[in-house]
Amino acid sequence: MENELFQKMAQSVLDGDSDAASALAKEAVDAGINPLEAITKGFVTGVNQVGESFASGQAFLPELVMAGEAMKAAVATLEPEMQKRGVHRTMLGKVVLATVEGDIHEIGKSLVGTMLSASGFQVYDLGVDVPAARIVAKVKEVDANIVGLSALLTTTMVKQKEVIDELDKLGLRKKVKVMVGGAPVTRDWVQKIEADGYSEDAIGAVAVAKQVLGL
Amino acid sequence: MIRPKVELLDIDLVNQIISEGIAILENPGIRVHNQEALEILANAGAKVDFQAQVAWIPEKITRQALKTVPHEFTLFDLNGNPTVHYSGDKIHFDPGSGGLTIIDSQTERPRLPLTNDLIKFVKLVETLPQIDAQSTAFVCSDVTPEIGDLYRLYLALIYMNKPIITGAFRKDTWWTMKEMLSAVAGGDKALALRPTAVFDVCPSPPLLWSDTTCQNLIDCARFSIPAQLISMPLAGATAPVTLAGAVVQHTAESLSGVVIHQLVKEGAPIVWGGSPAIFDMREGSTPMGAVETWMINSACVQIGKALGLPTHVYMGMSDAKIIDAQCGLESMGSNFVAAVSGANMISGCGMLDLESCLSFEKLVIDAEMIGMVKRFVKGIEVRDNPIALSLMQKSGHKGDFLTLPHTRKWYREEQYLPSDVIDRASYEGWKSRGEKSTFERARDRVEKLITGYQPTKITEELRQELRAITLRSAQSFGMQSLPPLPHGD
Repeated sequence: MENELFQKMAQSVLDGDSDAASALAKEAVDAGINPLEAITKGFVTGVNQVGESFASGQAFLPELVMAGEAMKAAVATLEPEMQKRGVHRTMLGKVVLATVEGDIHEIGKSLVGTMLSASGFQVYDLGVDVPAARIVAKVKEVDANIVGLSALLTTTMVKQKEVIDELDKLGLRKKVKVMVGGAPVTRDWVQKIEADGYSEDAIGAVAVAKQVLGL
Repeated sequence: MIRPKVELLDIDLVNQIISEGIAILENPGIRVHNQEALEILANAGAKVDFQAQVAWIPEKITRQALKTVPHEFTLFDLNGNPTVHYSGDKIHFDPGSGGLTIIDSQTERPRLPLTNDLIKFVKLVETLPQIDAQSTAFVCSDVTPEIGDLYRLYLALIYMNKPIITGAFRKDTWWTMKEMLSAVAGGDKALALRPTAVFDVCPSPPLLWSDTTCQNLIDCARFSIPAQLISMPLAGATAPVTLAGAVVQHTAESLSGVVIHQLVKEGAPIVWGGSPAIFDMREGSTPMGAVETWMINSACVQIGKALGLPTHVYMGMSDAKIIDAQCGLESMGSNFVAAVSGANMISGCGMLDLESCLSFEKLVIDAEMIGMVKRFVKGIEVRDNPIALSLMQKSGHKGDFLTLPHTRKWYREEQYLPSDVIDRASYEGWKSRGEKSTFERARDRVEKLITGYQPTKITEELRQELRAITLRSAQSFGMQSLPPLPHGD
């Protein structure tokens, strides 16, 4: 019975069906199933399967993103029950994400956010055109493990460096790993500004995030 | 919805080309180096000079043949599914055929093909979803030339499911090939009812039916096995240099084929096909990548359609010697013209070097072109009504289309999703994947596809029967044993 429900949960993620995922999460709560088990044995299985299909070229970004959205919807539904039981989902890490000041490109950064969150990271997405001070403040506030900085223009790329300098000034640089991304970003640039990680696409970002945290 | 279509001839020109083609069959007439065909034509009322082997065909005989010829027919795969429809503006693709050499994947230079090369090629065609039919692509150099044609068919039949475009080089080997197809289909009647193969029959320019091809044409008609006319006027050498003039000659030669064919058996399926080209005035070669070659082919298809026949062209090829920019640009231009002309069968993918050489790598690159042109001819469809108004009012300014079910519902139909032969990664992404050229990516894909090839459901009994037929034929030409098949096959 439980196994059947877990399979349906995985399927709802594969289908990218947020409504179904949410309904199944509620069903699990009503049936008294441990919400953490629902996540790991149910929904996460679906996320992993979509990830594999993507890697082998059978699934594409829409499936991937919608799987992430379905996962998010399920977790949101399970949240009150987890609080009630006093249990926490073990997150892989906390990530503050932003597109740097002066740059309004959203899609790549949001994709990274969806992928990280579906893979078990706690993501704080600050949006686009975010000043360095606000990013650093958020890092401090949530005690982030990773800060992810997106820039799609060569002219705004320098702001990634500004955030790193800002972290240095406040003595936070050693506590947080910096990941950068965006079309103009190259390995040379990553070395130059002494960032910790970089991925050429959103899918690779998950592996890089795990790697910089030594997971 | 508009299906993108190109027509190079206006209606008056179409009619004039057809009437000049018909008039050519009356004078100067057609040369027929086949006794049986001359007798058939004479019996039907054509004036025939048996000594000079020339037939003068009156307009009414030609018009009558055009009345009985079928407008469409279907090819079946070896599992009995109808998969290729020679009908309307439906387009299908099969590899070029009759190649003499194959590009070696390591040296990137041509060499003589062997049994294993053809097996690999057949398997590759099976795994490429963009390609609709097999062809007997090249002649294996490790068997005696007399069985070159039937040996290709033998190898194809034991590794393929898709229908096949083939052809015989001799009168007697046609019968051996028919025997093989019949064995696979379960008898001559079953083969006629659900044909799995088409035979190319090629008149020689200008206005000549050689003994062999004419006999193949007659025998195909008799057994209702689809025949495909491959008239190949060479504009400026064996045909008039004007493009319209070359089309007139193609029309005359093809009409003569339809007449002989329908006189043998009314209603037998036949295709208005061809491989016309211009003659290159500097090299003296037959450039398949020339824009004028595409134009002649397109016009020939238009004539075939005006006459109500299924159509075919030899297009999508290049004259380049290696897989380079010329190879890409000529193949793509040609494939595009063929597709928007609505030719039912477009033969040529995988082929280069003036219709003489095949390449595994070119085949998988061409498959991507075919995916693109098939997408193009599907046109722009309206999926919702209103088209986007409700969707955009709901989504507002969020730009969250990637997360909407609407995107997931339609993207696979709206977009052709290419394999990694086509590079669309970021620069850094391309670098991290090894900075590979198109050729290198194609070579990788060939290996990947071959590894994923699934054997067909052919029975051991049928395999043995086909091998016995082939061996018997080989021995009749003094070749005592056949090359072994790869281990495990």
